[in-house]
Amino acid sequence: MKRVAARLVTMFMLLLSAPALAVEPGEMLADPALEARARAISAELRCLVCQNQSIDDSNADLARDLRLLVRERLKEGDSDQQVVAFVVARYGDFVLLDPPFKATTALLWGGPALVFAAGLVGIAVWFRRRRAEGSEPAPLSADEERRLQALLDGDGSNPRP
Amino acid sequence: MTRVRPAFVFPVAIFLALAAVFGIYLYQVGIGGKTVAELPSALIDRPVPDFSLPPIEGDGVGLASTQLTGQVSLVNVWASWCPPCRQEHPLLMRLAREGVPIYGINYKDKPDAAKAFLAELGNPFAAIGADRTGRVAIDWGVYGYPETFVVDRTGRIRYRHVGPIMPHDLKTRIQPLLRELGR
Repeated sequence: MKRVAARLVTMFMLLLSAPALAVEPGEMLADPALEARARAISAELRCLVCQNQSIDDSNADLARDLRLLVRERLKEGDSDQQVVAFVVARYGDFVLLDPPFKATTALLWGGPALVFAAGLVGIAVWFRRRRAEGSEPAPLSADEERRLQALLDGDGSNPRP
Repeated sequence: MTRVRPAFVFPVAIFLALAAVFGIYLYQVGIGGKTVAELPSALIDRPVPDFSLPPIEGDGVGLASTQLTGQVSLVNVWASWCPPCRQEHPLLMRLAREGVPIYGINYKDKPDAAKAFLAELGNPFAAIGADRTGRVAIDWGVYGYPETFVVDRTGRIRYRHVGPIMPHDLKTRIQPLLRELGR
């Protein structure tokens, strides 16, 4: 019981621990407000070397250079949008982890809605078909009755009309 | 009875299609054998960024954007510490012998190491700028080394190649483009 409690406490402590940061103390700006803006911008910019990390998370050399560049632009008085535009002008929209809606990204943004719509259509078709299958079969026509009777009488011949 | 139901085919087809896409991306190869990790340059058809770099420590005149107009040229971002740069170097030497002007941006390199590299393998560059901080490379949108840009007469970037130039790249992309631009 005591060991379980110890484990739970350890797990809880691990939850509280901060993630390892790629941002080194020397890179940080003295002004906490400016530094917070730099962190927020960096978290939205893709590291082009690793491609699935933001520059805020990445230890790559280029990510570090870009972090410093973001801070440099902010110190020079750029707005957040200006800083992002500065990086996009050099590396393209791919550098944004949250890509803008454009003709070239329409499929990216619209894809989930399209798949959802396709799913709805599929479900509708499936339900209609099931209802059609589940309904009472139509009663036999007079002709079918005659053929059935002939088969039941068992003379083997098939009295097709 | 043997008719396969669409309710069965549909999910299996979607699964196979996704597995194929993920599989292809896992091996980093896109349609046509192009590396998917390779990105299009944001600077295609744009003028080269405005820059001026000093030479590699007391060696030549350096490199500035003004030198990149009036001729069709290649701009190669390289470093002595970058193994693929060594790999593509013989091709640059060949192009230089054929008369293609090649300009070098020496990225975050130690001057002595850069000079030793050129002394050993030859110097294909008409001029070299030393980018000690890597800031000019960022202006060019460089993210991998080496990178090679084709610049036209008006000083616009027409093509960007990431990674070492292979004979195949030279034959199918770079040389046809150089011919088209009228070099």
